[in-house]
Amino acid sequence: MMITSNYALFLALFLPLGAAVLLAALRDMPRARDIAHVATAAITFALVLRVLSGFLAGDVAHLYLFDVMSGLPLAFAVEPLGLVFAALASGLWIVIAIYAAGYMRAAEEAHQTRFAIFFTLAIAAALGIAFSANLFTLFIFYEVLTLSTYPLVAHKGTDEARKGARTYLIILLSTSIALLFPAIIWTWLASGTLNFEPGGILQGHLDPALAPVLLALFAFGIGKAALMPFHRWLPAAMVAPAPVSALLHAVAVVKGGVFALLKISVYIFGTGYLSSTNASQWLIWVAAFSIIVPALIAITKDDLKARLAYSTISQLAYVTLGVALASQAGMIGSTLQIVMHAMAKITLFMCAGAIYVAARKTKVSDMSGLGRAMPVTFTAFLIASFSIIGLPPLGGAWSKYFLLLAAADAQQTAMIIVLGVGSLLSIAYLLPVAARALFLPAPAEMTREAPPAMLIPICATAFGCLLLFVFAHDIYGFLLNVPLLAPEVAP
Amino acid sequence: MDDLITQITAHYNYWMVIILMMIGLYITISRGNLIKKIVGLNIFQTSVFMFYISMGKVTGGTAPILTGNPDEVYSNPLPHVLILTAIVVGIATTSLALALAVRIREAYGTIEEDELLTIERDAEAAEDKI
Amino acid sequence: MPQFIAQHLPILQVIVPLIAAPFCALISVRNGAWWLAFVTSLVTFAISVLLFAATFDGEIISYHLGGWAPPIGIEYRVDMLNAFVLTIVSGTGVLTLLYARASVAHEVDAKQHGLFYTAFVLCLTGLLGVTITGDAFNVFVFLEISSLATYAIVASGAKTDRRALTAAYNYLIMGTIGATFFVIGLGLLYMITGTLNMADLAQRLLEHGDSRTLRMGYAFILVGLGLKLAMFPLHQWLPNAYTYAPSAVSAFLSATATKVAIYVLLRFLFSVFGFSIPFEADILFLVVLPLALAGSLIGAYIATYQDNLKRLLAYSSISQIGAMLIGVSMLSASGLMAAIIHLFNHAVTKASLYMVAGAYAKEAGTVSIRELRGVGRDMPFTTAAFVVGGMSLIGIPLTVGFISKWYLVEAALMRGWWPVVIVIVVSSLIALIYVGKFIEAAYMHPAPQGIIRREAPLTMLIPMWIFAGLSLFFGINSSLTSEAAARAAQGLVAASSLIWQ
Repeated sequence: MMITSNYALFLALFLPLGAAVLLAALRDMPRARDIAHVATAAITFALVLRVLSGFLAGDVAHLYLFDVMSGLPLAFAVEPLGLVFAALASGLWIVIAIYAAGYMRAAEEAHQTRFAIFFTLAIAAALGIAFSANLFTLFIFYEVLTLSTYPLVAHKGTDEARKGARTYLIILLSTSIALLFPAIIWTWLASGTLNFEPGGILQGHLDPALAPVLLALFAFGIGKAALMPFHRWLPAAMVAPAPVSALLHAVAVVKGGVFALLKISVYIFGTGYLSSTNASQWLIWVAAFSIIVPALIAITKDDLKARLAYSTISQLAYVTLGVALASQAGMIGSTLQIVMHAMAKITLFMCAGAIYVAARKTKVSDMSGLGRAMPVTFTAFLIASFSIIGLPPLGGAWSKYFLLLAAADAQQTAMIIVLGVGSLLSIAYLLPVAARALFLPAPAEMTREAPPAMLIPICATAFGCLLLFVFAHDIYGFLLNVPLLAPEVAP
Repeated sequence: MDDLITQITAHYNYWMVIILMMIGLYITISRGNLIKKIVGLNIFQTSVFMFYISMGKVTGGTAPILTGNPDEVYSNPLPHVLILTAIVVGIATTSLALALAVRIREAYGTIEEDELLTIERDAEAAEDKI
Repeated sequence: MPQFIAQHLPILQVIVPLIAAPFCALISVRNGAWWLAFVTSLVTFAISVLLFAATFDGEIISYHLGGWAPPIGIEYRVDMLNAFVLTIVSGTGVLTLLYARASVAHEVDAKQHGLFYTAFVLCLTGLLGVTITGDAFNVFVFLEISSLATYAIVASGAKTDRRALTAAYNYLIMGTIGATFFVIGLGLLYMITGTLNMADLAQRLLEHGDSRTLRMGYAFILVGLGLKLAMFPLHQWLPNAYTYAPSAVSAFLSATATKVAIYVLLRFLFSVFGFSIPFEADILFLVVLPLALAGSLIGAYIATYQDNLKRLLAYSSISQIGAMLIGVSMLSASGLMAAIIHLFNHAVTKASLYMVAGAYAKEAGTVSIRELRGVGRDMPFTTAAFVVGGMSLIGIPLTVGFISKWYLVEAALMRGWWPVVIVIVVSSLIALIYVGKFIEAAYMHPAPQGIIRREAPLTMLIPMWIFAGLSLFFGINSSLTSEAAARAAQGLVAASSLIWQ
């Protein structure tokens, strides 16, 4: 390769920022702007792959910018979890960029340039979270992500959009300021560092009796992980255009949240510390609650996007559950769940967008027979649904498998039941959508498929769900690189 | 009882100062007329001047002018000098306050606090209606 | 010659603006008063930067006025802390004057410009004098110079709204009571010690030990300064004064006047009283801390339902002053450092925000949030500056507000004061509400019908964005400010007789 890993890392983080300026300059040339957007996504993805190949070759990229406060630098370092998340975010960004260009035109949305700019910023922030070398950097990009997605949620500018965006911003910012921020400072005071270290930094620095409290501050403070009762922002954000929903639910925001939680549990607490102190026992139950209840709510929702939103809350809780189980299988299950759910949920949201653009329909009950007119869209929807449910041969099967394994290892029989019930409930809220559309008689008025710029990404990600089933083993192998123990303790 | 009386008489200057201070502060707070408030403020400040001046007085001491007599007892001149400055500040404050009172009277047509408050409240209510 | 100037920098800091002030009133050339004031502020800024550089490595400059050695003569004493404050004050002076040209032309009658700039420069003189002097009575004199000038410039907002007059009058009454309380306190201290030099006072108070007179003096000085710095609930003068003053004045005062009063408070608490008797620390815990906590919450809460942008910012100031006092009353080196760095950070943030409000007043003719709907599209640069400042008020990362909040929470956690952490956090959540309210109105709502608004002129945008840029820059890389604040805090720590954790 022509560029070094370090340089590729630098570019991957700052290219999107530069691109945001470029997009602003191209505001009068929609075609050039959209091409630039997709190109930026593609280049960023290539850069992340370069960092990845460097990592596999033993060249671990890192980047130190400067100290914001003394001892608290803005710094980035590559590790396996972050690489998976970064590759996921930047890879799906290409898909969404293409889809967004098609959607925004077909739906005749205003302010498309503003949209593209904040979209780019949001992805840049997600990459910052992925590559952050310490909790401080992670927090900064976490907040940047919240702020840069606010204009996207409020995009339509209607009263409803304003209200939804307000809920979105208030919940995400208040949880992070009120809970996450003190938690970080507490960690800083307890251990004297905020660096992500193998095996965690709290061992021996924090009274085990206080560990559950600190974990609670983190788990609820990361509002993006949408753990109940701080999940309200997710359905509220449904007012946004479909590409934004795809970004929020599949790529950047919620995944940024659960990823941050995962990273904190692995590199700040350390799985060893968590399991030895039983600090995460309570979290298992909260996560279980967060799996079941939103799934039940999802069944009652007639609005397709609202249904998908509650499905997301439920599916995210799987990740939290994996974190709470505090074992290697749990960690791997969580990471795989992030990847698999991202691929499937992005498909589902893009389908929802395609349905809205082609048929102007948002309610599940109005979609009967629509599958005859839009067979591609609904087939993709069906495939992605299967992946969410966890049926082979789709990617979702693996993450559920590892989570079950982790629950069994931890002898949490109740959790095995919860996982099973969760899957059953997801059948109940997802399958009827595709089934009604494909098998009920078609309505009188005919609609056609959405434009190709939207259909191609949908097919690509649906196909991705299949591919992930095949290649899950490679991700699994890669994740075994995650250092769960401090170097000196490792055998 | 005798103790108390001596206590009071020995510090009679402080009692005067405190009484004046309270009178001044009370007028400033309780009066609605802007000019009367200024008068109160002046009494309040004056009490402080007296406090400083009486503090510098040494019993049996004379004005601090060199007489050539080594046994001469002088009053402490420093508080007196300080108070000269404070008096100047007081005058400046009073004149500025009076000037403001004049301008308020020109702008509102009254210097009664309750009337001013009514006018301002009406103005705010009118702003809210827009 | 340069050496001569270098020797006399401390006095030049005060005397240059003092001499220049009356000439502002005398110059009859068009804009002459502004030019003179501006050049004067540049000179004072240069001087304070030199002083800052000279004291950065811990040196203390002691300048004897007229060659009389202290404690007989008046001493000007410059250390890290007041060099830092001097730089804030004079720097704000330069930028607000640059801004004032367009803003004041709009908000103050042309024939009053000469007098306005005279009062402005006098106010600057007073604030610099308060900060630099090492003599307690001198503090009072300069405090009154700045306050009297302030009353006058606040009242000059009467062209836009006559309520500026009553605001100035009330400010005058409250301010004078505060100053007089302060003098009473000084008198009591003088009775005990017979000196007015601060360093000497500290020494003799330490030898004196506890007495009722000392306690009275402490109480009077605390209340007097509390009035000057708008400590809740002594803040009633502030909202109206900042709302109806010309915007340039609001920007200048919010960044300097209350900050200097806090500086004086720090100086007296730590350098003069030094907590030599338990009573002093007890009062801080039992009275000041609860009031500071209440102020930071109530101020923020009242701000949420203001429609007038300037009044909203004024209540936000009361809340932020509460935050500084929380830091002070922690009585720890880290808390003190948090208070000092917040002093700078808030000055920078609030100055830029008031400048934004002034730009609206000039170009949109209103500071009512309702009438400013949709202004984000018409005045993008101005409104963007508000977004930066607003994020800093909330304490979003990469702004100075975040740095302040970080140190404040860190200091509270070090003491194990969880309830205080909760108050700090809740007050920034309330800030999210009042900042968000305006930002939503400015960007998300359509503009009212038939309103023409243009972007503010460059002379307003540049200083506004210098402040906004500073609040970003020192939020991204706070090494300079945190180092200066840490050293200043250490200086105060060393001067007091508390045993430090």
